[in-house]
Amino acid sequence: MAKKNAVPRVAMPEQEPQVRARNFLEVPTGYTVKMAQEEAARCLQCRKPGCVAGCPVEVDIPGFINLITEGDFTGAIRDLWGKNALPAVCGRVCPQEIQCEGLCIVGKKGEPVAVGNLERFCADWERENGTGELPPVQPSTGKKVAVVGSGPSGLTVAGDLIVKGHDVTILEAFHKPGGVLVYGIPEFRLPKAIVAQEVNFLERLGVKVECNAVVGRTVSIDELFEQGYDAVYVGVGAGLPRFMNIPGENYVGILSANEYLTRANLMKAYEFPKVDTPIPLGKKVVVLGAGNVAMDAARTAMRLGAEEVKIVYRRSRDEMPARVAEIHHAEEEGIELFLLTNPTKYLGNEKGRLTGMVCLQMELGEPDESGRRSPVPIEGSEFEIECDLCVVAVGSGANPLLTSETPDMQLNQWGYVIAEPETGKTTKRGVWAGGDIVTGAATVILAMGAGREAANSIDKFLELGW
Amino acid sequence: MFKIVRREEMAEGTVILNEIEAPLIAQKAKPGQFVILKANEEGERIPLTMADTDTEKGTITIIYMVVGKSTAIFKDLTVGDIYQDVIGPLGKATHIEKVGKVVCVGGGTGVAVLHPITRALKEAGNDVTCIIGARNKDLLILEKEMDAASHDLRVCTDDGSYGHHGFVTEVMQAVIEAGDVKLVVGIGPVPMMKALSGITKKYDVPTMVSLNPIMVDGTGMCGGCRVTVGGETKFACVDGPEFDGHKVDYDELMLRLQAYLAEERRCHEDYCTIRDAQ
Repeated sequence: MAKKNAVPRVAMPEQEPQVRARNFLEVPTGYTVKMAQEEAARCLQCRKPGCVAGCPVEVDIPGFINLITEGDFTGAIRDLWGKNALPAVCGRVCPQEIQCEGLCIVGKKGEPVAVGNLERFCADWERENGTGELPPVQPSTGKKVAVVGSGPSGLTVAGDLIVKGHDVTILEAFHKPGGVLVYGIPEFRLPKAIVAQEVNFLERLGVKVECNAVVGRTVSIDELFEQGYDAVYVGVGAGLPRFMNIPGENYVGILSANEYLTRANLMKAYEFPKVDTPIPLGKKVVVLGAGNVAMDAARTAMRLGAEEVKIVYRRSRDEMPARVAEIHHAEEEGIELFLLTNPTKYLGNEKGRLTGMVCLQMELGEPDESGRRSPVPIEGSEFEIECDLCVVAVGSGANPLLTSETPDMQLNQWGYVIAEPETGKTTKRGVWAGGDIVTGAATVILAMGAGREAANSIDKFLELGW
Repeated sequence: MFKIVRREEMAEGTVILNEIEAPLIAQKAKPGQFVILKANEEGERIPLTMADTDTEKGTITIIYMVVGKSTAIFKDLTVGDIYQDVIGPLGKATHIEKVGKVVCVGGGTGVAVLHPITRALKEAGNDVTCIIGARNKDLLILEKEMDAASHDLRVCTDDGSYGHHGFVTEVMQAVIEAGDVKLVVGIGPVPMMKALSGITKKYDVPTMVSLNPIMVDGTGMCGGCRVTVGGETKFACVDGPEFDGHKVDYDELMLRLQAYLAEERRCHEDYCTIRDAQ
């Protein structure tokens, strides 16, 4: 074993589980300079780096890590910015274990280099100690681009196109920019001040951000072209909540994860009554689903003072779609997993409020079309779970608000926008799409990857034509 | 942006009118659509159906009853003040067509929502009878406007202090019995819409109601505004706000509207105590 491999990965310092389970402060507190340099020194600086191939936006990983070892943190953040406009976000929420870190050679015999932690370190260092000096922007091309939606893919498109000299305006339906980064991902995983800072970075580069602009209602895509835009990027996400469609789902106390998290995150309802938006405070909380959103909802409920929080999921632990680290964090904070359990109906009282649910025990049968073994109910296994709040986090679909008003942009059978995989071009001239509205609910970084490809294609179009 | 250019108090100060600068929304808005307003940074997003729009002035008008902290904050805004955020137009516009004799029934601030719909139905060539009601004469709103927007205006008060002594539903029933009514549009408190729909169902008169459930985003994203219509779950923000009055589960809607009653009371009282102390 090479000597370098023997050095253990520098652990990310975190708030203690019992403490953090009741506050909204960020869980990992970040590397110190010493920790970052120690971790950076574990990188083998491979000539053909697997990590870069594993990154949807091809961050120059050995390059920025090398600059950390040299102590040139400004250089490191500039290197990151070259490929990624949102390093503070990606360092926190990317599933590195299946991307860069999953392909790290050091990881073959031990733990991989902590690429995510190092990326986060650079962004945080720049925010706290940096000069604020901006990367160079090319001279104006006079071309105007509208970016619909200010989530991760929209912000990436805006960041890429503004430095190429185009005039970029982001249109956001909510009153604050950031999309899922502000309404969905909780404060304790991604502080909103950091998202605001990333958006501010783009604004300093010249990107205009218009909030309260519901494209499809306030303005249509065709009207954007009439207003003089040369290209439009649609990155509106997959914002249509799915429910279980079982009896009693409209009892008071059953919320979609979208609603629960939007109240908590965007509207800051955890500070109610200091802010005006309320959020139901469940004592006994059930979260349905086992993805990252379900973990976020469960951990939010715990922080809002729940006595117990259960995650109810119809498959087994192996099929849980959430990141392992998120499941681990949730369990550490006292959240219970009810696996192979499927609700069949909700129970309520005469005031129409949720009091519990009836569930069935499941067992795993044959693999289904997704390749996962499908759960089969065990006969006669009904049991009740008492709860006064249920958050439904079983996925989301395509929101038809914009697409139904844009008939010449073709959709697939599930209502997602059809876009060329390499370019993001839709069937409507001058319109690109990417992120969850094309792929269905996925990750921040995949949306950013789609944004990167669309931005390259838009840039070519503005120079050469469709 | 979103500056208040006109403010009126109605119904003894319990109902407020704000005309707000919002040119983009004014240009697009159609009768029956709503906006979401947020007064300030800490504010809640409040959906309100528009009572009027003026494309030339670039303004929209909202009329609301002061019921909780958020509307109390709205009430304290004066001409020249701004709403930090106004989002819209949201929801589906009212389907307006010529059907013949139409009865528009409004109760409370529902009259404000009914106003542009009534006017549009009249402009489309319908014979429009309008029935509006309130608890007493002083709480009645928009009488003059509704008179102008319809062919025949009937007024009711619960206490008999003005017009017909009794409920709008009684007058509506008499009009339906006189014959020929092709459509009823009923907008007001949920119990009123429920009672009204019960009657029109008996007479088999198509009925449209406009719902205002609790919502956050107003764009179909949160699902907080779900209502059961004809046994199916609908999102009022994108599938509505108008629905077939005969199919709405009003009892469920009433329970869902009370989801945050305790929280609302608490923060409204806190707000009034602090404001009045200053």
